[in-house]
Amino acid sequence: MKRVGIVALNTFREAVRDRVLYNLLFFALVMMAASIIAGQISIGIEQTVIATLGLSAISLIGLLIAIFIGVGLVSKEMDKRTLYALLAKPVRRWEFLLGKFGGLILTLAVNTAAMGVGLFLALIYVKPTLERGDGTVFVAVYFIWLKLALVVALALLFSCFTTPLLAILFTAGIYIVGLYVQELRDLPVAVMSPAMTAFTKWLSYLLPNFENFNIMAQAAHSRPVAGAFIAQNTLYAAVYCTIVLTAAILVFSRRNLK
Amino acid sequence: MKVEEGEIFGFIGPNGAGKSTTIKLLMSLIFPTAGSARILSKPISDIEMHRDIGYLPEQPYFYDYLTAAELLDYFARIHDLTAADRRERVQKMLKIVGLETAGKIQLRKYSKGMLQRVGMAQAILHDPKLVILDEPMSGLDPVGRREVRDVILELKRDGKTVMFSTHILSDAEMLCDRVGVIVGGKLRGVGAPAQLVDMKTQGMEILFELAGQSTAPLLAKATRTGDCYRLQVPEQDLYGAIEQLRAAGAKILSVSQVRATLEEFFMNLVEADRAQAAAVEVSEK
Repeated sequence: MKRVGIVALNTFREAVRDRVLYNLLFFALVMMAASIIAGQISIGIEQTVIATLGLSAISLIGLLIAIFIGVGLVSKEMDKRTLYALLAKPVRRWEFLLGKFGGLILTLAVNTAAMGVGLFLALIYVKPTLERGDGTVFVAVYFIWLKLALVVALALLFSCFTTPLLAILFTAGIYIVGLYVQELRDLPVAVMSPAMTAFTKWLSYLLPNFENFNIMAQAAHSRPVAGAFIAQNTLYAAVYCTIVLTAAILVFSRRNLK
Repeated sequence: MKVEEGEIFGFIGPNGAGKSTTIKLLMSLIFPTAGSARILSKPISDIEMHRDIGYLPEQPYFYDYLTAAELLDYFARIHDLTAADRRERVQKMLKIVGLETAGKIQLRKYSKGMLQRVGMAQAILHDPKLVILDEPMSGLDPVGRREVRDVILELKRDGKTVMFSTHILSDAEMLCDRVGVIVGGKLRGVGAPAQLVDMKTQGMEILFELAGQSTAPLLAKATRTGDCYRLQVPEQDLYGAIEQLRAAGAKILSVSQVRATLEEFFMNLVEADRAQAAAVEVSEK
């Protein structure tokens, strides 16, 4: 596992040196704009506007990083042949893969945490008195990070067996469908054949349920979140990531590096 | 094919012959469809065996956001070297490959030749028993090639085994204890360069001077440069030819054995392979 950590830290260093964290500046601009807009509209919904805008920005920026950099984690190394020298050392392919995954989710953790703090400061700015439910914004940021970890795992899996462009399309496609898993489960049975009903049900459980991680409304209205729900989402993300990463390792372990 | 401990083994063949493919197989970067290979008595799938191997990929490319010193430190960490050892080895390697003043420059600013040197440094960083180099002279200027040759010879002096692929036959001839010749994916010969080319001894060469004109029939077969002539004769005709030349008033300067070079041996194999491929193509039509 030590080598996983070494690869992960190098991946984090790559992200920092390639100026990935510069997106924080963009986020700061979004937050400033949101605060100005909120100040100009009616009293009482500043917090909602800022929380919604802020969390949406954190999610969107994180998704762009998770998909585009996630797909490049392995494919870029194969294209540039930078992993040849590394894999000739006592590094197992799974260690390399987990290290790349760990490095990017560490980058995303730093990124989302910094943005989360920025968002919280913006919320304090418009609402100086704090109440218990205001901490929900941090839970919302944590859930976004869990969601991004899942997206990175999927991007990594697809990039192990297909071209970067297709991997981006597949990952983005699954993310979009994953937002509507509940709707898939609730499709009216009357209009579908039993086989189709079974298929959509099966598919809805197979696909990651990204909507589970969306608590933007609770955060915007400072509604506290139950600890059990946090634990449940954490476990769901951990199990799903483990399954997807295991599949990625199985594919990558057999892949010939041309 | 077997590479003996402590030797410098050259793996030579034209482009596309299968040199890099073989090396990638040995490094488990690609997987064989059949057959097996062992390194240091262990199967190539044994990842722990990689602790004792150094590998330089063909046209190496490394993380360009790192400096050479950082890259070497990263690889040294992978090899579990302690912090003190890492510092010492990284500086030593940078010095060996002539990059001690460029160690703190990001690799994105390095030339191809400098990257090749970094590649060499990372291959020998952890003091491996076996060093496998894929086209180590590629992209290097004459000074760089000389330095790489010196490093390879130094490794041999330290008791290491070196296997390298090349299509620069003079390098192989100069450095290798033995070479393996691969053409069209098939191993066509393994042995010391001298052994391989001895089979192709082509006769004797007489170098002589002759002032003025002569009608000796042998002169028609000689190549003239000023007053100097060069004549090639079969080994058994040597003494007869010398007698004739002396009778014609020639001054014999030297007599030497004409041996095929490794290049000629190599080219014969390549041409035979091409002829065979052409014959197969014609018969298929």
